[in-house]
Amino acid sequence: MSYMRDFTRGLWDELPPFRMVLGLCPVLAVTKSAEGGLGMGLCVIFVLTLSNIIVSALRRVIPRKVRIASFIVIIATFVVIVELVTQAYFYSIYTTLGLFIPLIVVNCIILGRAEAFASRNGVFRSTLDGLGVGLGFTLSLTVLGSIREILGNGTWFDMPLMWSSFEPFTFMVEAPGAFVCLGLMLGAMNAISGTRAS
Amino acid sequence: MAKQEDGKLRLFAVRTSPHVSGALTTPRVMYDVLIALVPAILAAVWLFRGHAVVLLVSTVAGAVLAEMFGNRLLRREQSIGDGSAILTGVILALCLPPTFPFYFAALGGAVSTGIGKMAFGGLGYNVFNPAMVGRTFLTACFGTMMTTWIEPGTLATIGGVEAVTAATPLGLAKQLLKAGGDASLMAQISSQMPALPRLFLGNIGGSLGETSALAILLGGAWMLWRRTITWHIPIGVLLGAAVFGTIAWLADPAGVVNPLTHLLGGSMIFGAFIIATDPVTCPLSAKGRFWFGVGVGLLTMLIRIVGGYPEGVMYAVLLMNAITPFLDRWTATRPVGLGGPSYA
Repeated sequence: MSYMRDFTRGLWDELPPFRMVLGLCPVLAVTKSAEGGLGMGLCVIFVLTLSNIIVSALRRVIPRKVRIASFIVIIATFVVIVELVTQAYFYSIYTTLGLFIPLIVVNCIILGRAEAFASRNGVFRSTLDGLGVGLGFTLSLTVLGSIREILGNGTWFDMPLMWSSFEPFTFMVEAPGAFVCLGLMLGAMNAISGTRAS
Repeated sequence: MAKQEDGKLRLFAVRTSPHVSGALTTPRVMYDVLIALVPAILAAVWLFRGHAVVLLVSTVAGAVLAEMFGNRLLRREQSIGDGSAILTGVILALCLPPTFPFYFAALGGAVSTGIGKMAFGGLGYNVFNPAMVGRTFLTACFGTMMTTWIEPGTLATIGGVEAVTAATPLGLAKQLLKAGGDASLMAQISSQMPALPRLFLGNIGGSLGETSALAILLGGAWMLWRRTITWHIPIGVLLGAAVFGTIAWLADPAGVVNPLTHLLGGSMIFGAFIIATDPVTCPLSAKGRFWFGVGVGLLTMLIRIVGGYPEGVMYAVLLMNAITPFLDRWTATRPVGLGGPSYA
C-alpha cells in the first residue's frame, strides 16, 4: 500500500510544476509544442529515476557535509548520458530542446527528490518515487505543451488539428503565453482540489 | 436620542469617521466615462458604419461574460452593474481596426476582463489597464489583422467588399523615418499625409474611436467638468509627447513629422483622456498623476520615433502602470512640519 503511495504521490499531491511549483524553467521554455514537452519529460524521467536509485544506494556512503555536491555529480552523469544519446539517436528532439537538456542538471525537482526522498529511503521505494514524480512532470509538460501548440499553432504533435480557416493565437507559443497558460492551469488545479477538500 | 418614524427613541448609529461620504461611487465614475465616450462612439459609427456597431457589441459581450464567469468562480456578488466591464469592452472596441473579425474582438474582450482584471482579484486589484491587456493580447496574436486599416466611409454595409486599405498617419510617419534621405520617396510619402484639420475631425484611416480628436476632446471636457478625471494626466501626456516630438522634429525636420500630427494622429488624444486616466491603474497623488502622464507621453513618442512600431500608446500605458506603485511612493504627501525624507 505504501509502495503504491510512493508512486502516486507524484501524480497529483506533489505534481511537480503545479503543486510544488518547482522546475519551472523547462516548463515555461520547452512547452511550445507537445513534442517538446513530452521529450523533456522523458529525459527527466530517465535522469530522475536513475539518480534516485544511485543516490539511494549510496546514501550510507555519502558524507552528510558534501551530499549536495555528490548528488550533482551523480545527476550530471546521467544528464550527459541523456545529452549524448539524444544527440546520436533522436536528433530532432535534441535540436528542439537545445540548451535545456544540459540544464536538467540544475532542475530543482531532481535535486529536491534526491535530498528529500532518495537519501532517506530504500532503493525500491526511491525508484517508485522517481518514476511517479517523473511521470507527473511528463504529463504536466505534455498537457501544457498540447494546449499551447493546439491554440498557438493549430497542430498537435505536428498533425494539423484545427479547421483550415483557423487563425492561430500566436500569443500562446510566445513566452507570455506560457506564463498565462501555466497560471490558468495552476488556478484550475487549485479550484479542483479546493472542491475535493470541501 | 432621535425620534424614528415609528415614534420610538433610538440611539444614533455610533461609528468612526468618515461620517460624510461623497457621491463619487464606482458606477458613477464608470457611467461618466461611458457618457464621455458617446461622441467618440458616434464618430466611429458615422465613419465606419456597421463595423463599429458589430465590434462594440462583441467586445462588450465578451468582457461582460468573462466578468460574470470570473465572479462565479470567485463566488462573488455579480459586479456587472458597476459598468466597469462594459467600459472596458467599449474602450477595447474603440482601439480596434474597423475590419477586425468580431469573434476575435469578443475573445479580446474576454481576455481584457478575464485575465486583465478578474485574475488579479477583480476591479480595484488589477495592476494593468484591462482594455490595454486585451489590446496587447490581440496585437500579439493577430498582428496583421490589428494593423490593417481602411479608409473611413468606404463601407456602407457590413461585409461589403469595397474596402480600400489606407495607411494611417502614423504608418506614413514610420515610412518617412525609414525612407532615410531618399528625397523623392519622402516627398511622395509626405504628399499622402492628411492635413491637420482632417486629422482633427478624424476622417482618416485608423482604429474605430481614435481617429476623431474632436469627439474625444468633447468627452474629455465632460469628464473634467464632472471631475471624473483631473487635468494632471491628460496634460502630462500631451506635454511629454509635445516636448519629445518638438525636439525630434527640430533635430530632423525632413524625417520626423511635425509634433501636431503626432498628437492628433493615432491614439495619443484617446490615450491621454480615456486610457491613461483609468482610476485603478494610475497613481493617487496629483504630482504622481502628472509624472505618470509625462511618462506615457515620452514613452509613446520614444516608441513611435525610435522604436519599431508605428504606435506605442498601449505599451507606454502598460509600462507606466507597472511603475505606478513607485510613483505613489515617490510622491506621497509629507506631513507638514516634519521635514526630512518622505516614506519612500
